[in-house]
Amino acid sequence: MRSIRLKAVCAVLAGIAVGVSAAGPAEAATPKQGGNLQFVVPAEPPSYDGHRETTFAMIHPIRPFYSLLIRVNPENPSSTTDFVCDLCEGKVEAPTDGGKVYTFKIRKNVKFHSGDNLTAHDVVATYQKIIFPPKGIVSARKAYYTMVESVTAPDDYTVVFKLKYPSGAFIPALAVPFNFIYQKSVLDKDMHWYEKNINGTGAFRFKEREAGAVIRGVRNTDFFVKGRPYLDSFDAIFAKKESLRVQAIRGNRAAIEFRGFPPKSRDDLVKALGNDVTVQTSDWNCVLITTVNHKRKPFDDVRARRALTLAVDRWGGSKYLSKIAIVKTVGGIAFPGHELAATKQELEQLAGYWPDIKKSRAEAKRLLKEAGVDLSKTYYFNNRAVDQPYKIVGTWLIDQWRQVGLKFEQHVEQTGPFYDQLRNKKEYDVSIDFNCQSVVNPIVDVSKYLSDDRSGSQYGQYKDREVDALFDKMNQSGDPKEQRVLMREMEKLTLDTHANAFITLWWNRIIPHRSYVKGWKISPSHYLNQSLDNVWLDK
Amino acid sequence: MKAEAIAVSVPADIEAELAAARLPFFKAFGKWVRNQPLGAVSAVGVIFMILVAVLAPLIAPHDPVEAHYEAMAAAPSIEYWLGTDQFGRDLLSRVIWGARTALFIGFTSAILGATIGLVLGVTSAYFGGWFDLLFQRVMDVFLAFPLIIMALAVVAIFGTGPENVIIAITIPFVPRCARVVRSNALAIREIPYIDAARALGYGHLRIILRHMAPNCMAPYLIMLTTFLGQAILLEASLSYLGLGVQEPVAAWGLMLQGGAEEYAESAPWIAIFPGLAITLAVFAFNLFGDSVRDTLDPKLRAR
Repeated sequence: MRSIRLKAVCAVLAGIAVGVSAAGPAEAATPKQGGNLQFVVPAEPPSYDGHRETTFAMIHPIRPFYSLLIRVNPENPSSTTDFVCDLCEGKVEAPTDGGKVYTFKIRKNVKFHSGDNLTAHDVVATYQKIIFPPKGIVSARKAYYTMVESVTAPDDYTVVFKLKYPSGAFIPALAVPFNFIYQKSVLDKDMHWYEKNINGTGAFRFKEREAGAVIRGVRNTDFFVKGRPYLDSFDAIFAKKESLRVQAIRGNRAAIEFRGFPPKSRDDLVKALGNDVTVQTSDWNCVLITTVNHKRKPFDDVRARRALTLAVDRWGGSKYLSKIAIVKTVGGIAFPGHELAATKQELEQLAGYWPDIKKSRAEAKRLLKEAGVDLSKTYYFNNRAVDQPYKIVGTWLIDQWRQVGLKFEQHVEQTGPFYDQLRNKKEYDVSIDFNCQSVVNPIVDVSKYLSDDRSGSQYGQYKDREVDALFDKMNQSGDPKEQRVLMREMEKLTLDTHANAFITLWWNRIIPHRSYVKGWKISPSHYLNQSLDNVWLDK
Repeated sequence: MKAEAIAVSVPADIEAELAAARLPFFKAFGKWVRNQPLGAVSAVGVIFMILVAVLAPLIAPHDPVEAHYEAMAAAPSIEYWLGTDQFGRDLLSRVIWGARTALFIGFTSAILGATIGLVLGVTSAYFGGWFDLLFQRVMDVFLAFPLIIMALAVVAIFGTGPENVIIAITIPFVPRCARVVRSNALAIREIPYIDAARALGYGHLRIILRHMAPNCMAPYLIMLTTFLGQAILLEASLSYLGLGVQEPVAAWGLMLQGGAEEYAESAPWIAIFPGLAITLAVFAFNLFGDSVRDTLDPKLRAR
């Protein structure tokens, strides 16, 4: 596979300071074939459908079964501009027609695990489902593709994307690792089939699932890259409790966890294993947010919502929570450090980021009183049964809100019921939610905060056409300076003026793993680089 | 045959009860303490725990949910006698308030489980026949599941939270109490005063609730005290598994679940004190239950 730097197309993303400090040892050794990689996963997948899901619990065990059209270069996963072909042939070509047409040639030697050949029509059917989902089909990232006018296959091995306007956000959006390529004939029969079944073209074939325990994959001997994968098989072992996962690595029952451990666990593993453990660290394009149910009183009132964010001491939280959790950085809606992200001075102008927390909480109390919020009532706080960082941040938030007189009862649910509450039941007043993205691409990553009929993953049940208009304008602008101004306006509306949703703290990724795991490189996302085709074991 | 057995044993029992009843309270209590020294010690433990739970707002040195971020995972000290957890919350205050959670859930579910079991057990024995046969088979189904498995299943259906934990603990208690009470009620059903009540035209409900159930108090109380320890342990187990009460509520099992495992090496006090509280509470209630059984069970008393 060859890679190119899409400087022209991704100019907006160039110069990003993604502070990755991959600390893996030099890998001069020739990759060895064979072996079984055992890794731990903190939660089970709610479904197998990549287009619908937004969680690592699906990506980590399921991604190895699928291929993408293009992907982030696995040898350089920290880059925000380095993309290579996966199912397409050659290199990722520059667009034509003034940046509005992208053409991809599809490989001819690719077979689905069912034995059928892959053609351009399968790619088109997949992206039709992702970009233009029919009613009743959830496509969590459809808002990434607002620039796309059409996807067509002029012949069996060519795919053409036609855009409404040139956009530097298109190629990064195309490389999103959730965009599993599905088989057209299956989708034609039942669009829900992939929620419960697996049939991809990835480096591994699905072997079995033991509910609550493990998902197993075995080498795909028909994989389209000769000599890959290096591994014979993998076991994705589900272990909800963090202490169990740490002990699994310590006791060599598992080699790695791809999501991330808090500093305390890293220190314990390094102390116990010495040179047998390697630590890779990175900034993380992932943030816990607070989704407020706009349909529930009193949080249908903007004053009550502003009070919620004003009560939270983010600067103090960063200092203390970073010692016990995988959160660290205070930021706005865009990935901190990116040129489109707010500076500290800009953040301090927003509600909830004021440097004086006493003043902030006094204002919160005033707003609660003005809005007539019933402080004797206990409100419903929905959280996910994942230790890091959900339960820790959730408990911290409840303590922050308690300090302005708001009482919340925490309802902690497993991943499936947690999403069911967010997507279907909607009985919560406030919920933990997250905006974890793969490729760092802020101008589409912030689509989470669009109106619920535009965003595929906004569960606060609000519509904000001012925010939608700013998002569209930002995406259609080719000027980074103008984009930055628009991003600030969108941020101000979302977090402050309309108080639609709130950012808590951005994450910090720490991966301590057994040193014999080779070929895997950390990225600013726990979704990226999980195909496992380049991973090998130095045993 | 049953009537003859009753005729032989009743006078001795009545005589012993009358003799005990004639003793002044303190003398009777003193006699019980001498006969049940472990029971007396456990009673002190139970009373202490009840007092701690009732007086929690007065005796806890800190707010149990207030985080002191400058003192996260702090070792025991003058300010924090038992240390703090990973959020800097005072462990002593959380252990004290945790007693309230444990007792509230423990007492509520034990009383509910035992009382519903009493009524169902007596009803089953009273009606007998196909009703008793069918009812006991249903009880057999419930009894086939271990306590914790049944509780887990109930929580899985109803969800987490204190109310649902109470339901989850109560349901498996019901058949256990019903089975024991039924065997006692079967004997009572044959005693002539029940026939007399029927002859006087009393309704089923009156006979069950006013004439049979009160005479099943001994097995009821024994089961109740046994359930208390089990309920506390079940609540702690469910909370430990993340299925019981949720943060930031102070609950012993939850305290073990929170940071206890992660900090077991560097801050062991986070696990030790709630673990100790669970152990002592369950031990006290179990010993107390045993002594109540020894006191009230005529067979054991005869020995």
